[in-house]
Amino acid sequence: MLAHLPALQVVIPLISAPACVLVTRANWAWLLATAVSIISFVIALLLVHEVSVHGVLSYHLGGWRPPLGIEYRIDHLSAYLLTIVAATASITMIAARESIKQEIPPEKASLFFSAYLLCLTGLLGIIASGDAFNIFVFLEISSLSSYVLIAMGRDRRALTAAYQYLIMGTIGATFILIGVGLLYMLTGTLNLQDLQQKIPAIVDSRTLHAAFAFLTAGISLKIALFPLHLWLPNAYAHAPSMITVFLSATATKVSVYVLLRFFFGLFPQEISLQQFHLDKILLPLSIIAILTASFVAIFQENIKRMLAYSSVAQIGYMTLAIGLGSADGAIAGMVYLFNHAIIKGGLFLAMACVLLRIGSVQLEDFAGLGKRMPWTMAAVVLLGLGLIGIPFTAGFVSKWYVLSAAIEQGHWLAAIVVVGGSLLTVLYIWKIIEHAYFKTPVSATRQSQVILEAPRQMLLPLWLLVAGSFYFGLETSFSLGFASTAIQTLFH
Amino acid sequence: MITGYFNYWVVIILMMMGFYIVISDSNLIKKIIGLNIFQTSVFILFISMSKVKGGTAPILTAEADVYSNPLPHVLILTAIVVGVSTSALGLAIIARIHRAYGTVDETIIHEQDDLQDEG
Repeated sequence: MLAHLPALQVVIPLISAPACVLVTRANWAWLLATAVSIISFVIALLLVHEVSVHGVLSYHLGGWRPPLGIEYRIDHLSAYLLTIVAATASITMIAARESIKQEIPPEKASLFFSAYLLCLTGLLGIIASGDAFNIFVFLEISSLSSYVLIAMGRDRRALTAAYQYLIMGTIGATFILIGVGLLYMLTGTLNLQDLQQKIPAIVDSRTLHAAFAFLTAGISLKIALFPLHLWLPNAYAHAPSMITVFLSATATKVSVYVLLRFFFGLFPQEISLQQFHLDKILLPLSIIAILTASFVAIFQENIKRMLAYSSVAQIGYMTLAIGLGSADGAIAGMVYLFNHAIIKGGLFLAMACVLLRIGSVQLEDFAGLGKRMPWTMAAVVLLGLGLIGIPFTAGFVSKWYVLSAAIEQGHWLAAIVVVGGSLLTVLYIWKIIEHAYFKTPVSATRQSQVILEAPRQMLLPLWLLVAGSFYFGLETSFSLGFASTAIQTLFH
Repeated sequence: MITGYFNYWVVIILMMMGFYIVISDSNLIKKIIGLNIFQTSVFILFISMSKVKGGTAPILTAEADVYSNPLPHVLILTAIVVGVSTSALGLAIIARIHRAYGTVDETIIHEQDDLQDEG
């Protein structure tokens, strides 16, 4: 049983997806999706344990030995990411019931949960797989199902957002496919380990340069790296609330993982940095992403859209840290990814609560919410502090490591931008707080004074994330310790 | 030069044509068609590289000892399935966009969204 964990991690959500379609009752479908998410989380934790005790796990699908057969390979980095994705999935699903009931018509609920399970399968598969083409297939499974999920938003704009994402996402995935094809053409293998050994010998080949370029463009599209982020704000703003929670904490994060896996694992990092100058692309784009996206976020009236722009900026921090090129930078990037998944997942979950009760996430409708939804708004304030990077929060830990990695590399501009970005974050978080606590609603009828707190089933997961944001701000042995081992094994 | 790499020239021309349609055309359905051409060019790229000089179809027979590489064919079979599902999903979303907006033209859709913002 234990030996099959890497495959079970992917297969269980995969076979539950069609099973979910057969369950026509909305509540049962939700229960199944929740159970599967929690099982995935347990498997991910078991894998973390296995990896820390026994080292890298290699699973040969169908008993075919790599490089001929497809290999699932779980190292520290994969186990770390699997935990983040599966934990987010569990928390999202536990909180999802009320919100989904309100936003998705009951006859479509089982299809919705089935698409969600496919998306989870894809994301877990990308991380578990050790085969380049397999990664492409899982990427498309997760992308196609997330287009479906986004299109199920209430507003008709969800449709155009999903369409835009479909076009850009498919171009990105096809670019990755071209890159993988060129690599296969050069080396005759698709196994990541095998590719890693064969690439240094052909580093002067022009085809390899083309492959690298296609992979960079494709993966950057999936990450939503500036200026390829255009699909993200609309998709996050109009998707069903719980899907925004799930995708914001997983989809782009998994793409950041693919970036790290391909350019620091598959391509040895010296080649990526010295021959192909990956840092010269990542650093400037990340810096622009942090500054412009934070700036644009300040002027958004729709809070979900504001947080989506904030995500673009936060992704900039991760790619900035990775682009520094040092092991410390990559560790900082991973810690950032971990903490940001908690904080942004929490903030979007709070928005789901607001949308459930107030029916709008426009800034003007936040007036007086501090009194009407005290628990939700208190969570927003605390998570907002984390997003800014106040000491004792997880956000501080991640920003601190990015900052020190930047200074260590002598990259002063990056260091200034890291701090400057935080100041911009203060501005847009303050806008929410100001409206929620210091403004009275324009139409102060009795109805708009009633306390309308979100249901406990949503508040508990929300406060769990708030607690996580503070816990991982003080106790970093997993978030930082495990990430350091992960990066050190990757950089060997 | 041109004859030796004939397939690859075709791939590049198709790829650029498809890509250009996706970027430039405002009709949502035409964008999907462009996307299809773009993806097809990648299929041809994979199939072209699997050809082995003098090789025959990869079926074990007594007459042949050189075979073309079957793996890219299998990969592309998967990629075609992905491409078909993407088109199907794209067209389904377009059908719903048409129901919601009454048009499949991107510029008109943006105008309607802007109007909604103001009003």
